[in-house]
Amino acid sequence: MKVKVLVRPKATVLDPQGAAVREAMRHLGLPEVREVRIGKLLEIDVDAKDGELDEKLHALCRDLLSNPVIEDYELIKETP
Amino acid sequence: MKFAVLRFPGSNCDQDCLAAVNGIDGLNAEYVWHKEESLRGYDAIVVPGGFSYGDYLRCGAIARFSPIMRAVLEDARAGKLVIGICNGFQILCEVGLLPGALVRNRSLRFVCAMTNLRVENAETPFTGAAHAGDILRLPVAHGEGCYFADEQTLGELNDNRRVLLRYVDPNGRVTPDANPNGSLENIAGICNAQGNVFGLMPHPDRACEARLGSADGAVVFRSMMETIASRQAQAA
Repeated sequence: MKVKVLVRPKATVLDPQGAAVREAMRHLGLPEVREVRIGKLLEIDVDAKDGELDEKLHALCRDLLSNPVIEDYELIKETP
Repeated sequence: MKFAVLRFPGSNCDQDCLAAVNGIDGLNAEYVWHKEESLRGYDAIVVPGGFSYGDYLRCGAIARFSPIMRAVLEDARAGKLVIGICNGFQILCEVGLLPGALVRNRSLRFVCAMTNLRVENAETPFTGAAHAGDILRLPVAHGEGCYFADEQTLGELNDNRRVLLRYVDPNGRVTPDANPNGSLENIAGICNAQGNVFGLMPHPDRACEARLGSADGAVVFRSMMETIASRQAQAA
């Protein structure tokens, strides 16, 4: 099973990296860009069937892959 | 009195910490590799700065799962003094011993500079040898030192005097210019509710000798020594 995990900075957390990229986009001729937020995408290949490891995967997302103080995560299962 | 200086793959201030602790009369420091599982026999624990696990994923995110961290958690809960400096602070936040998180500097730049820190609370095991309002000169060197916490956490920290150090100007005023990384409320160092775990981004370990530009960092290690000595005297 392939799983994708999206990790995003929480809305309340400043994202200076996103702000810098937004500025670059504006300089490159796209003043319409209002906001850019940068997160992470993890592509994970797991030896399990859908539903088998849900709890463990969510625990992994909470404890290792994201920091709940500053980030939200989304776990997306990819159908083969 | 024996201090443990933890070493993770990528720690790079372990030697600074060892030298700083050993430089204080009455203190003796030893390295402890992160694969160890016990910190028995040590009176205090130093989690040094650096780039544990290359800062992969998030600073401190992988180090928190090292075997030694279980011993750190147990000993911290039992009241042992734990100090995390720079990457050590990040690790202590990741493992949940301290609230909040350290995120990318607002400037996006790695900042390497001498800073002025105001002692906000001198009635703690880490600042007892200083006075409230004292200004310590300590260097910072980090890319992810911007302290973040939600409003409720900030309120708790302030109400319980758990912010021990703030970045200030040379006159002791909290100003935006004195803030090297964009930390909320110029916070540079905080302690846990119990008061025995302290995390800070500036490096007392790099400022324990006048020839390094400042000897103010020694006050932190001396405070710890005095706390442990008085605890031992009470227990005896």
